[in-house]
Amino acid sequence: MSTHAHAHAPAPTAASPPGLSHHHGEESWSRGDKIGVGLAWAAGILLCVLAAAIVFYMLFRGLQYLSFSLLTSHPLPSLDQTKSGGFLDPIEGTVILTILGTAIAAPIGVGIAVWLSEYARPSWLARAVESGVEIVAGTPSIVLAIFGLLVFQQSVFGFLSFTAEGNAVFGRSFFTAGAMMALIALPLIVGSTREALQSIPSHVREASYALGKDKIATIRRVLLPASRRGIGTGVTLGMGRIVGDTAIVVILLGASQQIQPENGTPVLGVLKGTGSTLTTYVYNNSPAGEGGAPQKAYAAAFVLLVIVIFLNFAVDMIARRKEPTWTR
Amino acid sequence: MDPLSRAEEEGVDPLREPLAVAAQLPPPVRRIAVEEPPTVAQPPAGGNGHVVPAAVAALPKRMPRAETAPLERMRTEALSIAYGQKLAVNQVSLSVRRGEVLALIGPSGCGKTTLLRSLNRLVDLTPAANRGGRILLDGEDVDLFDVTHLRRRVGMLFQQPNPFPMSIFDNVAYGLRERGSKKPSKRALEPVVIQALQRAGLFEEVKDNLDHPALALSGGQQQRLCIARSLAVEPEVLLLDEPCSALDPISTQVIEETIVSLRSEIAIVIVTHNLQQAQRVADHVAFMYLGDLIEYGEAERVFGSPVAERTREYVSGGFG
Amino acid sequence: MSVNGSHNAKPVDRTDQRAELALGALASAVLLLIGFMIVFVFSKAWPSFAHNGLAWFGGGGNVDEQLANIFNSPANPSDYVYTMHAWPLLYATALITGGALLLSTAISLLSAMFIVEFAPLAMQRLMQPVIRLLAAVPSVVYGLIGILVLVPFVGNQVISGAEKDSVRYVIQLDGTSVLVGVLVLTVMITPIMVAITTDALRSVPRNWTEGAAALGVNRWRALRTVGLRAARPAIVAAAVLATARALGEAIMLSMVSGSVGFAPNPLDGTTFIFEPARTLAATIVDNAEGLSVKPFGQTIYAFAAVLLISSFFLSFAGWAARQSMRKYTLQAR
Repeated sequence: MSTHAHAHAPAPTAASPPGLSHHHGEESWSRGDKIGVGLAWAAGILLCVLAAAIVFYMLFRGLQYLSFSLLTSHPLPSLDQTKSGGFLDPIEGTVILTILGTAIAAPIGVGIAVWLSEYARPSWLARAVESGVEIVAGTPSIVLAIFGLLVFQQSVFGFLSFTAEGNAVFGRSFFTAGAMMALIALPLIVGSTREALQSIPSHVREASYALGKDKIATIRRVLLPASRRGIGTGVTLGMGRIVGDTAIVVILLGASQQIQPENGTPVLGVLKGTGSTLTTYVYNNSPAGEGGAPQKAYAAAFVLLVIVIFLNFAVDMIARRKEPTWTR
Repeated sequence: MDPLSRAEEEGVDPLREPLAVAAQLPPPVRRIAVEEPPTVAQPPAGGNGHVVPAAVAALPKRMPRAETAPLERMRTEALSIAYGQKLAVNQVSLSVRRGEVLALIGPSGCGKTTLLRSLNRLVDLTPAANRGGRILLDGEDVDLFDVTHLRRRVGMLFQQPNPFPMSIFDNVAYGLRERGSKKPSKRALEPVVIQALQRAGLFEEVKDNLDHPALALSGGQQQRLCIARSLAVEPEVLLLDEPCSALDPISTQVIEETIVSLRSEIAIVIVTHNLQQAQRVADHVAFMYLGDLIEYGEAERVFGSPVAERTREYVSGGFG
Repeated sequence: MSVNGSHNAKPVDRTDQRAELALGALASAVLLLIGFMIVFVFSKAWPSFAHNGLAWFGGGGNVDEQLANIFNSPANPSDYVYTMHAWPLLYATALITGGALLLSTAISLLSAMFIVEFAPLAMQRLMQPVIRLLAAVPSVVYGLIGILVLVPFVGNQVISGAEKDSVRYVIQLDGTSVLVGVLVLTVMITPIMVAITTDALRSVPRNWTEGAAALGVNRWRALRTVGLRAARPAIVAAAVLATARALGEAIMLSMVSGSVGFAPNPLDGTTFIFEPARTLAATIVDNAEGLSVKPFGQTIYAFAAVLLISSFFLSFAGWAARQSMRKYTLQAR
């Protein structure tokens, strides 16, 4: 038996067969259609070219300007670029802020997701909370940042940052920035966790209740462990968002290049103090900031891009791990 | 693997975390009470196929219809279709004529739908499908001309009515608008749309509501709308894939009447698993079983005095 | 012990009730937070609106001069300067956001159609990581490439000397412009739209795609007429998300679209796209150091309030648009 393989080739044209009635003369692909398909191809190729261009350009510049010393030395104030040091503190700042933001967002996000998925009573409240999470997701981070400043400059929050003489609360510190970073990661964690919880079939919950466990124990011992994959995905996505954000850092972390702890206590002092992150380092060293060091900006931007790509890769890895199979 | 072993493999201690293990158990089974054993129909005994089983004699009579002079429009020659390794249609040759309704009958999985969908090359949309043999439309091999042209000449109606998310008017006008570069004006389209709706028997019901969304119609109306939509492009052949199986009896009757009235202008092929429907509408019948064409001939003969043993079994309800 | 079939089994003892209350309170905290945000931002912004009335939204004068005057207000609260006519900023926001949205919608629809129907299998698989990558790049990296590569290119190669001369007395053209802002912003918001539109096109019921094919309509036409139509609610949702992202983009735009509160003049012809502009979000970032000066801070919060209202309005508009499209989608039978 001969085989007819019918591949999906774009825009085949054929002359109209002879001897047809009024179907004559109408091409199956008009000129407009062919232009349309051509544009579709162009759009797809454009996106690929853009992605490749960004990656290769940053790779080129990054390798050109990055050096080990940049990664390990502290930034120093100096107009002379050979003496202005590297970006160790911004790297530390990024790490601290990401961990802090995620640590705040994860329990709250999982808690909200559990409530939305397992309780959700009364229903008007559940719908309102859902909309609320969406609104937080849609609010620009710059607005969240200056709102955060407003809140944390109230004297009641003075313990979170530096308080000057005359009782003016500075309001800028790792704590305050971390709190607002938690907000931007929150919707991602809530969404992912909720999806994971909702994909667990109800007979699993029934089995647990039948064994005499109450709801909260079921959630803690059965549902949450089973949702590890979704929680992991959400947390990593949230981390990606925190690492990449600049606006909140600009407003809420204080403008110190180096990490300046507020007082001598080991961890709390740093968290109450100010610092910078890779994102503000890039911003400040570009022509938009003080601008003197585009080479260092490139190097730092390259490191930032590597971190973000790695986090994205990690999301893929987590998402691909074997899903628990629920026998039905 | 049983839940206990699987749990241990994942590092979960069954004694400490019975819930995690319990979660792996299958859901509880609901029992169904069985009161009587099912009955199996017995095939008629003996004979060479000249005996008319009592069951067949009680089947509905053919619907009254006008006399026509059949003219061949399409023909398949040793057509075979396979999905990957599985042969769905095996060397089938039959003829589709204007002026008559050809019914493809047979149990599920016999290949009748696959055969139907090959006539307008819709099987080509399935990547794993391969075709052998030839299909001819008015003497020309359908693979040699453009597939969109073929589909304008050979229309199709689907089992589940599928009006587009547009108004009734736009649905019927769709095929006429979306071909070629010139867009016909609404005024030019109106008479065509109205005529198509009349031929489909829907016009009276919707004539004041042509701009309403088509999805608001009932199931039977939607299917008639799909008929009108196909008729608007003036096909030479119309393929119907179990068009009434999702509809109520009254809509079914209306559509069967439409089919019979259309057959004098258009060649009709209908796939149906409903033997009574085939009896009512068909002029010619092709019975297929597991991909083979078992019997092919005039409806009265195939139903009244089938030659093949299997046809006899099927037609008298021996299996389905 | 009763066994229910639903997730919402009644809590059977006090720990359960307490847990439900605790979690519910946590969830409601989100609503409280949003409430606080609205109240705080608006109450801080109110004096700026109150002192200017509707003229706040109008034009007249140079925005940067007005901001400087506000910043330099005398220390006496009754002498605070509040005069602000923010039209150039509103206009710039609408222009850049609108331009990026138009471009992005065109590119997204076309590439989604490409991915779903015309791309060979290898390219289909390539597009997913491509889109993810474009979505993941931080805005400051986009800004860096913009300011170090695109802006000098536009400033030196694209804008001609004659064009620079033609507006010399009004504004200096150095490459930071509406054009670069719109182009980079388009690249930033396209991935969201492409992802959502591709999903939606893939979910068009096979019934419809086969029905269109059976009528002899070619693949492009069928996709354009039936596919896009079926995907309309998703496309609207995608556009709303993309616009929200564009409105909130502060850092990248402050790097590439210009640091002056200038209103590009369409009467300048094509030179108009080379003129700099600054959106509301970029203005907030650029002026964040001045927040401690009271009237200045209140003006900045007024900008933020406008952004907040816009993003609420966007969400509502998207929801309303999707509601009205319901009658054309498949109802579950």
